[in-house]
Amino acid sequence: MNTTVARLTARGLFGRRRVLILLAVPVLLLGIALFARGSDLDRLDLAHSVLGTLALGTLVPITGLVVGTGVIATEIEDGSIVYLLAKPLPRWQIVTTKLAVAIGSTWLLSAVPIYAAGLILYGAGDDVALGYTVGALAAGAAYSALFLLLGVVTRHAVIAGLAYALIWESLIGNYVEGARTLSVQQWGLSVAEAVAADGAVLAPVGLATALWLLVIVAVGATAYASVKLAGITLGGEE
Amino acid sequence: MTTRPDVHSGVIHDIGYRPYTGPRLGRRYATRSLYVQSLRAAFGLGRSGKSKVLPFLLLGGMAAPSLAMLAIALFTQQREMPLDYVDYLASFSVLPQIFLAAQAPVLMSRDLRHHVVPLYFSRPATRGDYVAAKFAAMFSALMIVLALPLLLLFTGAMLAKFPVGDNLLHLLYGLVSAVLYALLYSAIGLLIAAATPRRGFGVAAIMGVLMITRALASITYALNGGFDPMRADSASWVFLICPSTLVESLVNQLFGLGLDNSATLHAPGAAGAAVFLAVLLALTAGGYALTLRRYRNV
Repeated sequence: MNTTVARLTARGLFGRRRVLILLAVPVLLLGIALFARGSDLDRLDLAHSVLGTLALGTLVPITGLVVGTGVIATEIEDGSIVYLLAKPLPRWQIVTTKLAVAIGSTWLLSAVPIYAAGLILYGAGDDVALGYTVGALAAGAAYSALFLLLGVVTRHAVIAGLAYALIWESLIGNYVEGARTLSVQQWGLSVAEAVAADGAVLAPVGLATALWLLVIVAVGATAYASVKLAGITLGGEE
Repeated sequence: MTTRPDVHSGVIHDIGYRPYTGPRLGRRYATRSLYVQSLRAAFGLGRSGKSKVLPFLLLGGMAAPSLAMLAIALFTQQREMPLDYVDYLASFSVLPQIFLAAQAPVLMSRDLRHHVVPLYFSRPATRGDYVAAKFAAMFSALMIVLALPLLLLFTGAMLAKFPVGDNLLHLLYGLVSAVLYALLYSAIGLLIAAATPRRGFGVAAIMGVLMITRALASITYALNGGFDPMRADSASWVFLICPSTLVESLVNQLFGLGLDNSATLHAPGAAGAAVFLAVLLALTAGGYALTLRRYRNV
């Protein structure tokens, strides 16, 4: 961790009007939770569709994508990363610092609002809100690490991340059972299942598998990103 | 010592510099060139191999299912295609959306980031021409992506000897829906892309708008009892907030497709269809006008 790098990264992420765009996500989630509170549908189903499908399925990956690529890919793209790389700092420290900022921001922008929305929608009962929050914490960290790696590896990080989140997790994951085993969203869901009361949340992937895969993806992506950043070539415009 | 003026007086030789006297191709030619260049850029033509990968992958991904359906229809002797033309666009709507998100910033953000927009405006083409050329290029690129699978499906239907009149009519419905998608997507995508010089941010913002409004629409639809057996038409009003459902439900209602099927999205009634169409046109015109406004000073 390096506080200066962390401060600069956070400023790059939230500076100017960008914070307003990023804040749209939590505001939206809380708005829909307030709106859904007045509905006469089954509360648990509602919690599943808002917290599970909308929040964990769409908002967490989008936030992770914007934040994870935002901390490093934009700097690599506009070339200002050279000023950071020229400093006598180990490259892995740059990666871990930026990752820490990314994870913190993702948690702040998605997990915290999910807990609040869960409380509004369902209350604290059955630990549904808590379950989804812990699931979002786990998934948010893994997404941040994964998308930060993408930002270092490819210039099309956002597209690659979107393709993963939309096509692999949502489109293929809906039809092919096996694809769910390799989906960050489902790992988060199985963490949520473990935290929530028995039978309140259902997940297709076992907890042990999910935890191992989460740790492997997060640590592996960070390590690989450090290696990649150590030997990065700054290409020109394509 | 004074020098006599005639000793040091310089002589101007005429070494034959001449101004350009050839034909000037003018504003329309410049606009057309900008259009062609932008359309090529949308598919990565004239650029490195790497930037061709994604657009062609998406074009292929959009067309591949239609080829598969064509093969199935031909070999299993079916009477009609598994998916109607309009349904096809609705089912695979995520691919044109990714195409838009990926390529709209290619058209707009790059010029902004390298500060070449003022250079364009120093030529005969005006600001309005610039936006018009870019809009036309994005629209055409989306039309290629959307219409290619429809034409493939139609070719397949003709090969399998399905009824010509019926297929032609439904192909027309499909093409109308493709035009509406392309208009609305281009207006929204270019507006967002023109707002930021950073490509990555533009991509995420466009996709975020399309995805989040979609999720929002489906949840609000469910909250208003859209999936109840006795479905109230009023629930369908929420489709207004999301570009893809807006077009989908409008087209289904306009052409009376799948009216008896409760899973198909519909605009609420004839008056609803009129409102949906008005909103669609207003969004397109509004997006275009805001993009024009954005280029008023660069």
